[in-house]
Amino acid sequence: MELLSNLALGFSVALTPFTLFLAVAGCFLGTIIGALPGLGPSNGVAILIPLAFSLGLDATSALVLMTAVYYGAMYGGRISSILLNIPGDEPALMTTLDGYPMAKAGRAGDALVLSGFASFFGALFATIGLMLLAPLLSRIAYQFGPSEYFALYLLAFSTLGGIASRNQAKAALASCIGLGIAMIGLDNQTGMPRFTGGNLHLMDGVDFLVAIVGLFAVAEVFVFIESHGRESSIGVKLGKVTLPVRDLTKGIGTMLRSSVIGFIAGVLPGAGASLGSFLAYMGEKNVQGKKGGFGTGVPKGVMAPEAGNNAAAGGALVPMLTLGVPGSGTTAVLLALLLTLNITPGPTLFTDRPDVVWGLIASLLIANFVLLAMNVPMVKMFVHILSVPAWVLLPGVMMISFVGIYSLSGSYFDLLLMIFFGIVGWIFRKLDVPTVPIILGILLGNHMEDALRRAMILSDGDWRFLFGFRWHSSSGGYEFYSAIPSSLLVLAVAGFVAPIFLRRVIKRPQAVSD
Amino acid sequence: MKLSDRLFGVVVILGALAYTAGAFQIQASFMSDPVGSKTFPLMLAGVAAICGLNFVFRPDDDPAWPGRMTLGNIVVAVLVMVAYAHALKPLGFLIPTAVCAAILSFQISPRPLPAAITGLGLSIGLFLIFKYALGLGLQPLPKAWLG
Repeated sequence: MELLSNLALGFSVALTPFTLFLAVAGCFLGTIIGALPGLGPSNGVAILIPLAFSLGLDATSALVLMTAVYYGAMYGGRISSILLNIPGDEPALMTTLDGYPMAKAGRAGDALVLSGFASFFGALFATIGLMLLAPLLSRIAYQFGPSEYFALYLLAFSTLGGIASRNQAKAALASCIGLGIAMIGLDNQTGMPRFTGGNLHLMDGVDFLVAIVGLFAVAEVFVFIESHGRESSIGVKLGKVTLPVRDLTKGIGTMLRSSVIGFIAGVLPGAGASLGSFLAYMGEKNVQGKKGGFGTGVPKGVMAPEAGNNAAAGGALVPMLTLGVPGSGTTAVLLALLLTLNITPGPTLFTDRPDVVWGLIASLLIANFVLLAMNVPMVKMFVHILSVPAWVLLPGVMMISFVGIYSLSGSYFDLLLMIFFGIVGWIFRKLDVPTVPIILGILLGNHMEDALRRAMILSDGDWRFLFGFRWHSSSGGYEFYSAIPSSLLVLAVAGFVAPIFLRRVIKRPQAVSD
Repeated sequence: MKLSDRLFGVVVILGALAYTAGAFQIQASFMSDPVGSKTFPLMLAGVAAICGLNFVFRPDDDPAWPGRMTLGNIVVAVLVMVAYAHALKPLGFLIPTAVCAAILSFQISPRPLPAAITGLGLSIGLFLIFKYALGLGLQPLPKAWLG
């Protein structure tokens, strides 16, 4: 019954008028961000973070707003997938496969309603899963020492690499670049400057918000300049929106299976919503077989990826909150938000700040119902917003990014750095070097190095400690104190190597940037 | 041709070498631990160098690089952004934002009138939102004009 009292605490936080308002506003903004092509969830959350700060929101409010945006973006992505055949964000890619054919066949309204319900189903499933799984996981993580954490970070980077790029070496390089950037600034342990080149601006290190906004938002502007906004084509018209009850009841099994697959994919560190929707779609395609007609515009073909996508989005919050290791790009951005608010995610979060965790969970439950209302009966409103042309949208995104970063630091050095990251992001995207591991590296670099150094201090420089061995002076030999570090390391190696072989078997989603 | 990746690999290796040199520049402190400030950065540089070698010897196919025109457009966009970063403080929000947004809009869709309207609209609209809805302390116009 601990769960009920925790939930009661959560709802007492979430049901204050202001928090409720933030949740609704976040859902609205998020759906727009998701629906607009070129403005994905990680992008959208990143450019909104500086603004959340300048509003002076406290930790719970800021987190509620941003996760509502996050959930909203996951719902919204499907709108342009279905109507324009352009995924509004990467996880919605799989929804184009059946959503657009359905729309062309004059069933755009049905596709939107069914995928909206599937999103709701998946997100609700994941939020309940988060509620049940996160406290358990945090209890296990409570016993983690530095060597466990070092192995866990390694696992996150290697599994992220496995799906983020076609080329494992490029993903590994991206992680190294991110971690390398994190080293810039004063050394946590000794207080000596590293890699600053005598530049005072670099003493505090590179602000990850600058890197995130640069790599995602500014790079996107360059991509659009290159394509001359050609990608914003005109899609199909939306007719009357009704509730296709029969398709919905027939799809319950599909939604349940896809939610389970998506949730598991989301919980795994480094995977995220793109993988969730991909696996859910492929899994359901196999379940339905040839008769299912996947890819020709069948209702189940839009329900499966959307349930999987949203379940994974919720699942990705589990490792972020309990371990401090984000499960996807957007949760990495949310982690950045938490760190800037002086909240360290991890097992202690559940005991030290139950108001934050349970307030967040309660808000997510509320946000789901708000999003269902916005995305099913009110979906036409968002369809109108979709007609904003790229030549208005992109300059707008750019200006918001500049003002956001400027209001955060007030220095033009950070603005120049942001532009630099934008150029790098554009070139890297050309070369198929994923940018999400860079963000993750900048965020986690210092934590990872600290874990390594603390482990070495505990073991007096004995590297075997990292694999779970400890020198036992009374018996004069090594004892195996924990199986967790070495199992995590084995998983890390497997997670890095497996995609090289699996890639021949399954085609991966085109890009991962959620 | 697989030149892009080979070139990129060389840049990565050079970068890793520079990073290694930078790591050796880190001064030792009176506080010390078994790992020290250099080990982790050196490990990173090592892995990055291996990745770089991989690109040189096992390159992917070249991506579709933009033509000279588009590349020029992107260079212009970068210059505009840099100028904007410098102009924001002395010139206030409205004028640089209108100019910069208009140029970016023109580059995505080259029609002068809609671009100018976009710039003007974004500048005023965003200013109102930032100033009055979000309460940011933005300066609208150059300080000198406001006396």
